[in-house]
Amino acid sequence: MKKITYREAVREGLRQALRSDPRVFVMGEDVGKYGGTYGCTKGFLDEFGPERVRDTPLAESTFVGAGIGAALGGMRPIVEVMTVNFSLLALDQILNNAATIRHMSGGQFSIPLVVRMATGGGRQVAAQHSHSLEGWFAHIPGITVLTPATVADAKGMLLAALKQPDPVFIFEHAYLYPVEGELEEPAGEADIRRAAIRRIGSDVSIIMFGGSLWKALAAAEQLSADGIDVEVVDLRVLRPLDAATILASVAKTHRALIVDEAWRTGSFAAEISAQIMEGAFYELDGPVGRLCSVEVPLPYPKHLEDAALPSAERIVQAVRSLMPGERPRP
Amino acid sequence: MPQAVDRPQALELLRQMLRIRRFEEKCVELYSLGKIRGFLHLYIGEEAVAAGVIPLLAHEDAVVATYREHGHALVRGTPMRALMAELYGKATGCARGRGGSMHFFDASRRFYGGLAIVAGGLPIAVGLALADKLQGRNRVTACFFGDGAVAEGEFHECLNLAALWALPVLFLCENNLYAMGTALSRHQSETDIARKARTYGMTTQAVDGMDVLAVRDAAHSAVESVRGGHGPYFLELKTYRFRPHSMYDPELYRQKDEVEQWKQRDPIVLFEEMMREWKALCEGDLAEAEAHIAAEIEDAVAFAEASDWEPVEDLTKDVYTQAGG
Repeated sequence: MKKITYREAVREGLRQALRSDPRVFVMGEDVGKYGGTYGCTKGFLDEFGPERVRDTPLAESTFVGAGIGAALGGMRPIVEVMTVNFSLLALDQILNNAATIRHMSGGQFSIPLVVRMATGGGRQVAAQHSHSLEGWFAHIPGITVLTPATVADAKGMLLAALKQPDPVFIFEHAYLYPVEGELEEPAGEADIRRAAIRRIGSDVSIIMFGGSLWKALAAAEQLSADGIDVEVVDLRVLRPLDAATILASVAKTHRALIVDEAWRTGSFAAEISAQIMEGAFYELDGPVGRLCSVEVPLPYPKHLEDAALPSAERIVQAVRSLMPGERPRP
Repeated sequence: MPQAVDRPQALELLRQMLRIRRFEEKCVELYSLGKIRGFLHLYIGEEAVAAGVIPLLAHEDAVVATYREHGHALVRGTPMRALMAELYGKATGCARGRGGSMHFFDASRRFYGGLAIVAGGLPIAVGLALADKLQGRNRVTACFFGDGAVAEGEFHECLNLAALWALPVLFLCENNLYAMGTALSRHQSETDIARKARTYGMTTQAVDGMDVLAVRDAAHSAVESVRGGHGPYFLELKTYRFRPHSMYDPELYRQKDEVEQWKQRDPIVLFEEMMREWKALCEGDLAEAEAHIAAEIEDAVAFAEASDWEPVEDLTKDVYTQAGG
C-alpha cells in the first residue's frame, strides 16, 4: 500500500497505459506543455513526445470526434475534455456518433474510445464551471459511464476502460484531485461492472457516486454516534447500472437515501429511486429519499454555493428524516 | 479523346453515373410504393462527383460521407443488393437495415457512413487520418460534405486541425448551392468556399462538379498530393441537385427555371456529348449499359424483397460489443 493523491493515481494509470500499449495516445486541451489543467499529464510531453501527447485547439467537438475516428482507425485514444462543462460542445459527436455507430452499422464498427473529464461543483468557480452532468451521459445507451471516487478506481477504472471495445466516459470529480488515499501495489484494473459497498450498515442505505463518497462516509460516522448504522453504496458505474447491489442493500436496510450533486428534477437520483420502486418496493419501510443540489445555477460565493450543494451535514439531516418517528421531508 | 482517360475508362465513368441515376430513380418509385420509408435524399444531378472521385481511391483508403450517400456507396463497390436491402430495412442490408437511406456502412470497403448530422463526419475523418499518421500508414481519408456544412463550427475546426497536424484528409465539399432550402448566399458572408478553406493553409481547388472529367482530374491531383504526405487538400465541387432536398420538400425556395438551367448541364448528358464528340461512344454502348444497370437494379430489388427482417430479438444486439454482439 502507498499513499497517493487521486491526481497522481490518474496520472499513474495514464502513464502505465501509454507505456504498455503503443496504440494509446492522449489528446485534449493543454494536456501537453501545460501538463493538464489538473496536472494529470504533467511531464508526459517529455516522456512520450508530441505524437502521443497532443495539445489540441479549443475545439471540443472536433477533438472528441477525432478521438472517435482514431478509435475507428485502430488506435486507443484517451481524450481529455477539460471539464464536463465544455463537453456540451462535443455532445453531438458523443451521442450521434460514438454511441450510435456500432449499432447503426449493424455491428461493423467498434469505437474503443476513452474520454476523461472533470466534473462537479464546490470550488467557487461559479455556474459555468460547476456542472454535474454525469446523469445526462448515463442516459445514453452505447456508452459506459464511470465515476471513480477512490484512488484505486481513479487508476484502475482507466486501465479497465482501455480494454473496452466501446466508448467509455470517466468523470473525475474536480474536488477529488488533491484527496489522498491508499493504493495497493501493484494496482491493476478495477472492475467496471459492479457497485461497491464502502461501509457496511444495517439501518439505511446511502446510495451515491463520485464526489459524494467522502461526504457520505463522514455523515455515516456522525450518524453512527447516534446509533444509526449506515450502509454506503458507491455506484461507481452509472451505465451499465449495477441494480442488483442497490436492491440487495435496500433489501437489507429497508431505507434508502440517494445523494446526487446534480439537480433533482430528472436526475440520476430519480432513476435510482425508480429502480428501487420497481425492484424493492415491498422491502421498503419508508419512502426513498433524495438529496440533490438546489435547482439554481451554482453561485460563486461560498455561503451560497454551500447552501446549494449536498454536504455531510445535509446528508445527516436527510437520513434522520427517513428514520422511524421522523416525518419525511418534502 | 483527352489524354486523361481512354475509351474503357470513359465508358466506366458514364456507366457509374448512369448506375446512380437509375438506382435512385428506382428509389423514387419504391418510395411512392411505400417500400422505402423515412428520409430519402437523392443525389440525382450530382453523380459526377462520386463517379469522378471515388474510383481514384485505393482499397485501403477510407470514405466518410453524408446522408446523401447512395452514389458514393455504389461507386465504392458496395453491392447494389446490400444497398437496396438497406433501403428496405432488411437484415441483409449493408447496415443490417438499421440505418436506411442515410446510414450506409461497409467495413470491408472502409465506408464509415452515411452520417446524417451536417458536418458531423468531418471530425471522424480527421481522426481516421490521425490514426493512419500515428501508425505510419500511407492512406487517404476522403470526406464528403455539402455546402451546408460550411456554416458549422466543425468545418472550421476540422480544416484547422487537419492542416495544423498535416493529416492525410481529402475534404470534398459538394456545393449544390442549398443548405436544405437556404441558398449559400443567404447563409454565408463569403460564398467562395474554396477561399475560406485556403485560409487554413491547405491546397484548395474549385471544380465544375457537373464535368466528370474535370472532377476526376482535380481529384487525381488531390489524392496524389494527400498520398504524397503534403497534408490535407480541399476540393470544392460546384454541383446541383435536380430533385428536392428530400421526398418531403415542396421546393418553395428556388425557381423552376433555375433547376431547368442546371439540367442543361446534366453531368450524364454532358459526358455523353463529350464522348460522342471524341467518337468514343459507339452505337449500342448506351443501350448495353442501360440494360446491364436495369438488370442489376431488378436483381437488387428482388433480393431486397426476398430478404428477411432482422429478428426483433436482435433489437439490442450491438449496442455494446459484449451484449450478444
